[in-house]
Amino acid sequence: MSQVIDPRSVDRPNSYIGRSVPRPNARKLVEGRGQYVDDLILPRMLHVAFARSPHAHATIGAIDASTALQLPGVLRVFTGADLAPHCEPWVAVLAHLKGMKSAPQLPLPLTTATWAGEAVAAVVADSRAVAEDAVARISIAWQMLPPVADMETALDKATPVIHPALGDNLVFERTNESGDVAQAFKTAHKVVDATFHTGRHTGVTLEPRSILAEYNKGDGTLTVHHATQAPHMMQEVLAKHMRLPLSAVRVICRDIGGSYGIKVHVYPDEVAVAVIAKMMGRPIKFVADRLESFASDIHARDHRIKGRMAIDAQGRITAFDIDDLTGIGPYSVYPRTSAVEGNQVVNLIGGPYEFPSYRAKTTVVLQNKVPTCQYRAVGHPIATAVTEGLVDLGAEAMGMDPVAFRLKNLMQDDSYPRTSPAGMRFEGLSHIKSFGVLMEMMDYQGLRADQERQRAHGVHRGIGFASFIELTNPSPFMYGIGGARISAQDGCTVRIDPDGSVVAATGVTEQGQGTEAIIRQIVAEAVGVPIDVVRVITGDTLTTPYGGGTWACRGAGIGGEAALQAGLATKEAALKIAGAMLQAAPNTLDLVLGNIIDKATGAVRMSLGELGRIVYFRGDTLPPDLPRELMQTRHFITKQFPFAFTNGVQASHLEVDVDTGLVQLIKHWCVEDCGRIINPLLVDEQVRGGVVQGIGGALYEHCTYTSEGQLTVGSMADYLVPMAAGMPDIEVGHVETPTKESLLGAKGAGEAGTAGAPAAIMNAINDALRPFGAKVFAQPFTPERILAALGRAPKR
Amino acid sequence: MNTEVGISLTINGERISRRVEARRHLIDFLRLDLGLMGSHTGCEHGVCGACTVRVNGLIVRGCLVLAVSLDGATVETIEGMSDTGEIRDLQDAFVARNACQCGYCTPGMLVTAAELLSDAAKTRAVPSRAAIREHLSGNYCRCTGYHAIVDAVETVARARADGAGTGTGQP
Repeated sequence: MSQVIDPRSVDRPNSYIGRSVPRPNARKLVEGRGQYVDDLILPRMLHVAFARSPHAHATIGAIDASTALQLPGVLRVFTGADLAPHCEPWVAVLAHLKGMKSAPQLPLPLTTATWAGEAVAAVVADSRAVAEDAVARISIAWQMLPPVADMETALDKATPVIHPALGDNLVFERTNESGDVAQAFKTAHKVVDATFHTGRHTGVTLEPRSILAEYNKGDGTLTVHHATQAPHMMQEVLAKHMRLPLSAVRVICRDIGGSYGIKVHVYPDEVAVAVIAKMMGRPIKFVADRLESFASDIHARDHRIKGRMAIDAQGRITAFDIDDLTGIGPYSVYPRTSAVEGNQVVNLIGGPYEFPSYRAKTTVVLQNKVPTCQYRAVGHPIATAVTEGLVDLGAEAMGMDPVAFRLKNLMQDDSYPRTSPAGMRFEGLSHIKSFGVLMEMMDYQGLRADQERQRAHGVHRGIGFASFIELTNPSPFMYGIGGARISAQDGCTVRIDPDGSVVAATGVTEQGQGTEAIIRQIVAEAVGVPIDVVRVITGDTLTTPYGGGTWACRGAGIGGEAALQAGLATKEAALKIAGAMLQAAPNTLDLVLGNIIDKATGAVRMSLGELGRIVYFRGDTLPPDLPRELMQTRHFITKQFPFAFTNGVQASHLEVDVDTGLVQLIKHWCVEDCGRIINPLLVDEQVRGGVVQGIGGALYEHCTYTSEGQLTVGSMADYLVPMAAGMPDIEVGHVETPTKESLLGAKGAGEAGTAGAPAAIMNAINDALRPFGAKVFAQPFTPERILAALGRAPKR
Repeated sequence: MNTEVGISLTINGERISRRVEARRHLIDFLRLDLGLMGSHTGCEHGVCGACTVRVNGLIVRGCLVLAVSLDGATVETIEGMSDTGEIRDLQDAFVARNACQCGYCTPGMLVTAAELLSDAAKTRAVPSRAAIREHLSGNYCRCTGYHAIVDAVETVARARADGAGTGTGQP
């Protein structure tokens, strides 16, 4: 069986794993025939618009909706008090994050609005436009409270406490320490240090958050059409907090217009929609507009990190010492919590390198801004920027080339399995080999020579590197052990139908990554059928095996292995039946491209369609005690390692205009090792898309605030995202170190690009600015900040 | 509040007459009144390009055009352009190159790219990658990072310049 998936054998039968097969669901999308939540129209459907707090922190006085209710087409206005009896509040903490605290949260708050943009009342009308008209007619007697806007002073005695019952604004703190950090710095040959800022930004899914909930009063079932990455998690949450049996809630995800982690959280306004649907017994739709998206989608990466690194006389890193501070808004976000990002930062810094001593502290505080939570590559871009920024400073302090300094300090490829100073367990990584592939791709010496030549002409180009690790295939150690009802296990059911076609239902989900494509490839190969006869079902809690969905790069590694095992089991079941029909031992038969063949001669004995016809319609002709189980389910969960770490390295080549501060990206490279590659085309595009999302955070994207906690980006004209003209071509290379935890050997690939890109960009900018002695460490690296570093604009 | 106005126009080759509210923009008109869900609403500020459609042969942001201004106009959406086969080669290239991930920006992206390709075809020129990037800059994609989209458009531009003809698709 193992030769079936041996990637070294490209001529093996049914060899879909490892090939660039196009996605089965792409054709409908390019014809505009997808089906997103907003495309669904149900009978007697109503629409919601929310009145949102204009203040960062304010007491909600009387809500006067009388004139709103007079508007034709308006049916109801709900306040927090109206919904509270129908929904249990939630508190977003995880037990394994020791000491973590957060306040109870309801669909709509009862007394206090804690960020500008928080929904406080819901208008239900027969169209979204009328609902919005009505929102404008609601009058709320606000009493403004002093906001907590600056995370640096959030814990000061003089700062108001956002939730008095918590006692202070501290959510979580943790110090991750090993070795003797004090001694390492005392005896260091060189110490480098810097203060880094990663700008608060957000995912900007082009399809806004969308939900359509319908409650059938007849049978007591709640059906939710939801743009979510984790339908089973949402089913759990809605059932628990709306006091419904789990079996009464069905979450369905059709096409989803981008997610990147934005759509894996519980949003109070979306829960309000489900509660209202139950209360009114009519389908209720809510699709956020763009202003609502900026003011209520989770933000991420609002961190200030002070870092220093010790180096010995031989140029070896001996210690990292890190102090991370992050502001997460007024509530930890349910159920994954908003402490995970800071926790990841203190787990991941220094990740690629060999050194003995480590100390990293994170402090997670409340503030009156949009709540933050997990966004693509959670914590990785922060940790990588800090690590690689310090590594570049270290190389400079030692007078070494940044590549030579890295190669001297990276963990050796033959040093695994091992545990890092931060306590991360690595099964097998390939930093040195990946760097080698990168060097072959990019002509480093040529670029350095060009840099010298161009500098003579006043053109300032820079080359920046970033090695990184990425956490994928999470076990229950990520959420489950903390008490969150989020499955780390996933399942797949594979079924052969009477015509020999195959249906695979999986608990992992699709938001454009190509999940359905890789499941189809794996199942086609495992069962032994042509790929075009396989249909994949995702995103329906009623019809797919229970699973976690798609997040933390688990689709291929977890869902893929479950599909492989289910496919192989289905094939075995089919061969058993074929053996009885053909009077042959099942192990002398094989299933290849939809035909039962004799293994020894390759002769076709019968088609799978013929087998299906007999099993389903002429079962009377088979031996009575023969099992006819042409449908098999298998589940997979990682057991040996808490996470399957991947690794890679990126490089950026860019030009800084020192007169305008503008950065022009020339080229970007990413070499990554996600283990077994199931579909090179899809992996490469995951990497490229991830790189550009990382570039967005590094150069453009910023949720800016006033000192009163007012968000000053309200449209896509205010909030810049990467556009086609500003982006470079991106070359992608691979090293494959399969995980031995699964037969498939796949790890995750979707976040690698985002993890490393900001660090590579930062290092390239600072490399370009080196002749001026100027450096930037605060993202996004805007023209203003670059000019300020050059002394050509005032520092702000 | 009732400010409905009657309009008659041609959408994807069909004659349509409707009464629409004065404030209704083209994308809401297409989606809510006609059930043409292929054009997507992304920002309603004319920035992201997800709602790009063709009016009287030119691409427009559907969110910036009021339906009442379109009496007598000819509108083409992704559904119509798919049915006629006009951009079949471009759609094939997007599928083959995986230039579409979540698919939300894709219809608008295709309509914009089709304009560049048909302009280029007039001179049998293949636009540079920089020119393709420049032309597509008003259409945001958050999934792909654009590289694959540029590849797909470039591939079609070359094929058309080599004489493959426009679209080459059959309805």
